[in-house]
Amino acid sequence: MTQTPIDRLARATPPTLSRKVRGLSDRAIAWIFVAPTIFLLLAINIFPLIWTVRLSFTNFAANKPNAEVKWVGLRNYERVLTDEGIWASMTTTAHFLIWTLFFQVVIGFTLAWLINRKFRGNDLLTTLIVLPMMLSPAVVGNFWTFLYQPQIGLVNYVVELFTGTPASSFSMLGPGGLAPWAIVIVDTWMWTPFVMLICLAGLRSIPDYIYEAAEIDRASKWRQFWTITVPMVLPFLMLAVLFRGIENFKMFDMVALLTGGGPGNETLLTSIDLKREAFEKWRTGYSSAYAIILFVTVFGLASIYVKALNKVKER
Amino acid sequence: MSRKTLVATAALGLVWAAQAHAQANELTLCWAAWDPANALVELSKDFEAQSGTKMKFEFVPWPNFADRMLNELNSGGQLCDLLIGDSQWIGGAAENGWYLKLNDFFDKEGISMDDFAPATVYAYSTWPKGTPNYYALPAMGDANGWFYRKDWFSRPEIQAAFKEKYGRDLAEPKTQKELLEIAQFFQGREIDGKTVYGASIFTERGSEGITMGATGALYAWGFKYENTPGKYDMEGAVNSPAAVEALEFYKELYKTATPPGYDNAYMEQSLDAFKSGQVAMAMNWFAFFPGLYADPNVGGDKIDFFVNPPQNVAGSTLGGQGISVVANTDNMDGALAYIKWFAQPDVQKKWWSMGGYSCHNAVLNDPGFKDSAPFAGDFLEAMASVQDFWQEPAYASLLLAMQERLHNYVVADQGTAKEALDGLIADWTEIFQDEGKL
Repeated sequence: MTQTPIDRLARATPPTLSRKVRGLSDRAIAWIFVAPTIFLLLAINIFPLIWTVRLSFTNFAANKPNAEVKWVGLRNYERVLTDEGIWASMTTTAHFLIWTLFFQVVIGFTLAWLINRKFRGNDLLTTLIVLPMMLSPAVVGNFWTFLYQPQIGLVNYVVELFTGTPASSFSMLGPGGLAPWAIVIVDTWMWTPFVMLICLAGLRSIPDYIYEAAEIDRASKWRQFWTITVPMVLPFLMLAVLFRGIENFKMFDMVALLTGGGPGNETLLTSIDLKREAFEKWRTGYSSAYAIILFVTVFGLASIYVKALNKVKER
Repeated sequence: MSRKTLVATAALGLVWAAQAHAQANELTLCWAAWDPANALVELSKDFEAQSGTKMKFEFVPWPNFADRMLNELNSGGQLCDLLIGDSQWIGGAAENGWYLKLNDFFDKEGISMDDFAPATVYAYSTWPKGTPNYYALPAMGDANGWFYRKDWFSRPEIQAAFKEKYGRDLAEPKTQKELLEIAQFFQGREIDGKTVYGASIFTERGSEGITMGATGALYAWGFKYENTPGKYDMEGAVNSPAAVEALEFYKELYKTATPPGYDNAYMEQSLDAFKSGQVAMAMNWFAFFPGLYADPNVGGDKIDFFVNPPQNVAGSTLGGQGISVVANTDNMDGALAYIKWFAQPDVQKKWWSMGGYSCHNAVLNDPGFKDSAPFAGDFLEAMASVQDFWQEPAYASLLLAMQERLHNYVVADQGTAKEALDGLIADWTEIFQDEGKL
């Protein structure tokens, strides 16, 4: 007979507890404990998801509660998938996602590799490096807006100092194609320490005896790096990429404060676009379809990625 | 029931009754967080003294005002008893039952809309537009105007340099093109050892900024939303050659005569640029003019004001709001009492004297009104030629579409003015089709 999770939970319940509650079986007690969680999960996650799917097939607008709600079939999905603006925001999101992941992995791994060596001030340096990720994204968005300000911002002055380009002649958040890179820089600054910490955990989990054995076999440092360090840190690195990938796919606050999606639509990420459709234009049915498409995309990509991660871990 | 339980229940009942009583004697008024709101707090102290009602205020910064308040109304929240909402909201608020219709109340209390400036009644109170169905009392007249550094304009060396370049005296611009020339003249000029710029204008992307700024140019070129009012026939009106020229003008103004990094600026940034001595001219709402005139650094005899200059026609972008009673308030009598008090001519006169822009004829038609403030005459002139954005229930979608199209063209350099306006017609057509109006 197969055991359900409830059965397993019931068996794990201490016998003394079941004896104290008269008239209730172990199974009933287990249900009592689990029920609030299941209820909350259903109420907060599952029900809204099902409701969103339902709304995505209608013309419902949340700001018109008295209007007739019509069933429109797949029309919302068709409109989302044929909307050039949405494909543009998908492209912008992909640009943001790919480049932030690339820079965070390269810089984060490099920092972890350097920090992993024993030297004086190691702990202090580690603490300083992780400071940015302790800040609120709203704070980061606001103060980078000042750093990028062409007349008083530090960034433009540094560029002027090294290149001679006048500070007020360009705007990192303005027109000219720099804004998509400006948001990549800020996210990389803020979240590279997170990737570094995970990589550091991976590096410190490699037993010294493996390197010692490699030394005895006269393996070069380069070979040790590629055949020991990288493969053994890879599952950690992939986990960091998964976390950051999901986070950046739904990035909103920091970019909303930095650019608000502008100039024009140059930094309009899907999450900002979706918020505008849902809560500014009040196209609830349409935005529900948009949200479902995004959900399926993230879920699908994440599932494929997790399978790959498991394969790497099994190696 | 034990004695202890009885005592506890009675105490709870007393607390509840006290709270209910306090709520009945309280009114929450919601508005944007800006200078006139502070004046209203002071003005409302008279109402508190007369009625015994305690006034509470919920002021939200402009960039979040529409988002916050429309969400509040839409969710049936009871935060506000009274709301001074933007003129464009009135269609949606009336059709969705968010605002109380005030006709019966006005009739009962003898409040006549004939006592208020017709343009403000039309814009702030009526839905459908122009019909005698009132959902608000005109509370705060406003339009987008201009102010400039009078002290810079009057300097002999600057006057001479301008005359040499343009062959005329440097003075308040009489047309939009003159405004551009003056702004370009000041762009990058050294004044008192500082580099200054031409003008601060609205370019903000997130809420309504660039639309409110660019319509100042569009209206001056004769822009219309429809060929026939109420028909939603936009082709040839929204993208007329005059509209294209106006939008190209606004882009040139932005590209050649604004401070660096001025790509997402609205009211606050415009005020900052002017107050910090960065710009020679700035656009902003008349609501800020009393505060600017009183500014110790750039106010007084250093500043002067002018109405949005015409090009083909006179036209200014309408701001301002009416005061409405939120339909699901739990203090309806108190809210209506406030409206009745606020509509009185004496209160309206005091409102103007404290920095609020009254729309009452008793104030505006007073022979001394034009001389009561350096910007009063400009305000009257502006209000005579104001034009507002769509006031349709779908106004938010219509506004966001225009924000996107204008910002893409003006700031982000994408496409041409004609393409931007053609795209805008396509967006608006789709919205009106969804609304069942096309």
